[in-house]
Amino acid sequence: MFGTAIIVFREVLEASLLIGIVAAATRAVPGRNRWLAAGILAGLVGSGLVAASTGAIAEMANGIGQEIFNALVLGIAVLMLAWHNIWMSSHGAALATDARKVGSSIRDGRSECSVLLVVVGLAVLREGSETVLFLYGVSASEGGGSSGMLLGGGIVAGIAVGYAIYAGLLRIPMRWLFSATGTLVMLLAAGMASQAARFLIQADLLPSLAAPLWDSSAVLPENSAVGILLHSLIGYEPRPAGMQMAFYLLTVLVIATGMKWAKKRQPIFTQAKDVH
Amino acid sequence: MRRLLLLSLLLPVPSLAAESEYLLVIQDHRFQPAQLIVPAGKKIRLTVANRDATPEEFESYTLDREKVIPAKTKTMIYVGPLDPGPYPYYGEFHQKTAQGVVVAQ
Repeated sequence: MFGTAIIVFREVLEASLLIGIVAAATRAVPGRNRWLAAGILAGLVGSGLVAASTGAIAEMANGIGQEIFNALVLGIAVLMLAWHNIWMSSHGAALATDARKVGSSIRDGRSECSVLLVVVGLAVLREGSETVLFLYGVSASEGGGSSGMLLGGGIVAGIAVGYAIYAGLLRIPMRWLFSATGTLVMLLAAGMASQAARFLIQADLLPSLAAPLWDSSAVLPENSAVGILLHSLIGYEPRPAGMQMAFYLLTVLVIATGMKWAKKRQPIFTQAKDVH
Repeated sequence: MRRLLLLSLLLPVPSLAAESEYLLVIQDHRFQPAQLIVPAGKKIRLTVANRDATPEEFESYTLDREKVIPAKTKTMIYVGPLDPGPYPYYGEFHQKTAQGVVVAQ
């Protein structure tokens, strides 16, 4: 019985950590809360739909539809997070120093918000659909009811950890907040890219390139508390395939380069804006 | 960072080895056979048939795999090539009874 609460906790935790970090990263973006709420709501509705069509998804593409679907969802989230980080490194400073006066950036802020909506929606969708399926299985085979309290506990605990991360990040002074969240979002995206690679390996669409590349499960198992947290935060895996590592490093490389490039051209950017 | 990436490309690509196929059945929230013996060093295609009326999630830390198998459906999971040894797995949705192990020899 307690096991069910832990499973629900883990699913909720993964989504809520991402929401906490992204919420802190977009702290200064106008209208953020509404978009965040819309993203969560869309994700919840989507979870139900995906859970209901799991059978159809699973049978697509000769039985590897689920892997393709998961890899696609993760891939879109990675692209969105990369875009978010690069956008933030060119506009973040301006938003931080004087959120109210940056009139022209409100329009940019809107496109940033739709990215926020998609990222949050996809995170809730992925973890939510698994939770829905799991709960359906539990209630169908055990009659449900009795475990309601524990499940509620798992959900609340997962949200609490996500909120703790958010509250913790907000205590960081504005000046450093963007580099802190920027790094977290970058590693979050890299972890997702590595997970996407794992699904494509599982579907036999990609070679594994040495599986596993290393085995640290004796030192830090994935189902330990620290392992779970590190897995959700930076994509830690005790037995990654070589291809996963390649995806991870490539994502870090691309996002870091993009952020550096965006920061460099930022002064010219704002000048051009002032002219108009 | 780049060096690591390039290094990983130098490693052998064992997935070129021919694959063999095995069947796992989920019934009454149990895997059958609970112990599956497969050859080591070869890519394996596991066909998992869920005969229960509820979904199950095949999950294994050692195999690094997770996949939901909807009620009354069949799906496949590629694993390996594996080093010799036991690789436990379980059904995450019914962990108490759904336990199994793949043994590579």
